[in-house]
Amino acid sequence: MEMPKIDAAIVARKPAIIAALQEVLPDDAVIFDEAEVRAYECDALTAYRCPPLVAVLPRTTAEVSDVLRICHQMGVPVVPRGAGTSLAGGALPTGDCVILGVARMHDVLETDYPNRFIRVQSGRTNLSVTGAVESDGFFYAPDPSSQLACAIAGNIAMNSGGAHCLKYGVTTNNLLGVTLVQMDGTVLEIGGAHLDAAGLDLLGVICGSEGQLGVVTEAVLRILPKPEGARPVLMGFDSNEVAGECVSDIIKAGILPVAIEFMDRPCIEATEAFAKAGYPKCEALLIVEVEGSKPEIDEQLALIIEIAKRHNPIELREAADEDQAKRIWLGRKSAFGAMGSINDYMCLDGTIPVSSLPFVLRRIGEMSKEYGLDVANVFHAGDGNMHPLILFDANKPGDLELCEAFGADVLKLCVEVGGCLTGEHGVGIEKRDLMKVQFAPADMEAQLWVKDVFDPKWLLNPAKVFPLDITASRRAV
Amino acid sequence: MRPANELELAEAIRDAAGPLRVVGGGTRSIGPAPVGEVLETSGLSGISLYEPGALTIVAAAGTPLAQVEAELARGGQRLPFEVPDLRGLLQREGVSTIGGVVAANASGPRRIQAGACRDSLIGVRFVDGVGTVIKNGGRVMKNVTGYDLVKLIAGSHGCLGVLSEVAFKVLPRPEVEATLIRDALDPAAAVQAMSQALGSPFEVTGAAYLGGQVRLRIEGMAGSVAYRTAALAKLLGAGWQAVDAATSAALWLEIRDVQAFAGKPGQVWRISVKPSDMVQVLAGLAGAQTLCDWGGGLIWARVEEPVDVRGVIAPLGGHASLIRAEAGFAQVPAFQPEAPAIAALTAGLRAKFDPKGTLNRSLMG
Repeated sequence: MEMPKIDAAIVARKPAIIAALQEVLPDDAVIFDEAEVRAYECDALTAYRCPPLVAVLPRTTAEVSDVLRICHQMGVPVVPRGAGTSLAGGALPTGDCVILGVARMHDVLETDYPNRFIRVQSGRTNLSVTGAVESDGFFYAPDPSSQLACAIAGNIAMNSGGAHCLKYGVTTNNLLGVTLVQMDGTVLEIGGAHLDAAGLDLLGVICGSEGQLGVVTEAVLRILPKPEGARPVLMGFDSNEVAGECVSDIIKAGILPVAIEFMDRPCIEATEAFAKAGYPKCEALLIVEVEGSKPEIDEQLALIIEIAKRHNPIELREAADEDQAKRIWLGRKSAFGAMGSINDYMCLDGTIPVSSLPFVLRRIGEMSKEYGLDVANVFHAGDGNMHPLILFDANKPGDLELCEAFGADVLKLCVEVGGCLTGEHGVGIEKRDLMKVQFAPADMEAQLWVKDVFDPKWLLNPAKVFPLDITASRRAV
Repeated sequence: MRPANELELAEAIRDAAGPLRVVGGGTRSIGPAPVGEVLETSGLSGISLYEPGALTIVAAAGTPLAQVEAELARGGQRLPFEVPDLRGLLQREGVSTIGGVVAANASGPRRIQAGACRDSLIGVRFVDGVGTVIKNGGRVMKNVTGYDLVKLIAGSHGCLGVLSEVAFKVLPRPEVEATLIRDALDPAAAVQAMSQALGSPFEVTGAAYLGGQVRLRIEGMAGSVAYRTAALAKLLGAGWQAVDAATSAALWLEIRDVQAFAGKPGQVWRISVKPSDMVQVLAGLAGAQTLCDWGGGLIWARVEEPVDVRGVIAPLGGHASLIRAEAGFAQVPAFQPEAPAIAALTAGLRAKFDPKGTLNRSLMG
């Protein structure tokens, strides 16, 4: 993966940069020792690594503002970092950058149940937002699978989703306001506890901008009352097509399950060997979960099961109690771990129109044979967000490149059928060079305008999202 | 000008000699009409894709809202955000277009539960101020590829570009609805009841307050609605009465379209605040006719004497739009003035998307 050439002039000024940062931050918040900065050399896309020049760990919005102002004045690129769980390389440093980590900013600032919001510092982890309110019967809805570790800052940067977003939406639908620090140090309050923007919806474009428009230090998040209960049903089918039709029929029947998860045979077999959840041997497996009180769940599941039966399932298993519900989810939740125990894997994230599901799965199967790499599919079927997991051996020369080429072909296929490159992980560096597949030059140019306005010197996370050749002239200024 | 397709729309903008006033159906625009030649989008019409199994619909921007809603109803679905019809309030005629709905981010009572128009919008095509066609988003509901210009365009009132096509995530139309009402509540008690309801697990899809009456709506499958209505009534205590589905629908049309203000004189304001701030806002607007939605977070106010509405909400946060101006009142901006740093970003974006200041030049601050 190509990254911009390291700016030797910036590296040469390292002592001056450190001194300036130490003037505004406590000593323990400025990390520059070559061994220590290695902790920030990559995120969860571990195939790519580069230690930053310096890492800073501010504790307040004022400190973030100071850091950015100094870097802006000195012309130093800044790469913001949440918890470093990006699968797309969103927090990958360059050798001439300052990593700005928000990990020390994790306080709850305000909890307001009558108005149903929580205000937190952005370094707080996703799950601990829910943790702060669940004893009072509330939760924060977006639930990316890294939710134990990932930070709200990164969730906002990538507009993260999760398994339950068919019903509750993704981050952008649950974000009410942010405190945003611009690259020149200006602190903005955008949105808040009220709904919708007074003027242009800046909050809407900040969310999902991959840390390129500003650094979010605080967020106002919508919290929701917890449903009375939830219950999954597991169904096995003997073809992907039939499972896909079943998903479509459930949705057309007017039911909105909170989650519809899909696993194909390779994924079922791998997770079964790993987690022993007792899944049936079949081509395609669906987990459909609905929420509500017991009678409501009964009403919805009766209809779902009636629809499923029309598609001749080879297995239909409704959770009778909490323990059985856990077992149904066990395999799905350990899918990534199961694949990881077999080999290295790359997790793709393209979205497709639900109607294209059977075609796309068939094509991925054919490509798997052509490339000679195994692939397992697990994904959010209700919204068409696929997660093909391609297995490869990082120690085998050329295998990573082969895997990346396979992945690129799958993502191109997603775009061809009317979908997109990434449904919830973000572009980062991983899909940066594929952006031209999805966007015409004018489509991309309009996005660059937004960056021009928020960060005219192109110093914030500059080597991400857009192909380097189209941003070169802007980054050079 | 009334282009018949996207290509003609792009040419019209590219060749424009001066400013343009962009008009969908002309049913929900606010503020003094922008100067310039009228550019109508109603010629761009038609639903190009509707897949009920994927909860997706795509339509040309000039397609009548009613056509989109009718097509969705045939599939047992609907736009989630309950589009208001403000023709009565604004004394307008004309046919609301789906592009106009997006340009105004028009969202009704269900916004509190299902999100605003911008939350359901998943893709746009639009023409910028120099005639370039730009697309963003698409037809899939989970998409984080590149910046989300879809949200930026929603609610931009034609100032960043003229929409040519819009795509939505839609939702199933519920089997039934019911509403719980209770009369003679003061604002503090009303907010308290609405907050309690919205903080319950019973999925309230409307929470409004007018004339002392609180209305709480529940929608869904028949058995579920019966259960939740009873459970919510029990939670709230004595004094709540359930009304049937037909009555419920009529009650929410009143709220959605602000029917109580139609045909009456004065300025009309639309105020968005933190729900519990409703109490202070109503106290500050004594003498105004008010209607509160979104659990208290949205306040419609009709005033016959000049009132400094923005002064009332200034200490609270939030924003106020002047939806209907009235002769005899001092001129005030229709859109809430922005803080300088925000205004600079807005101006910067407008200069990029519309460098010649062609589109709805005088709108939005």
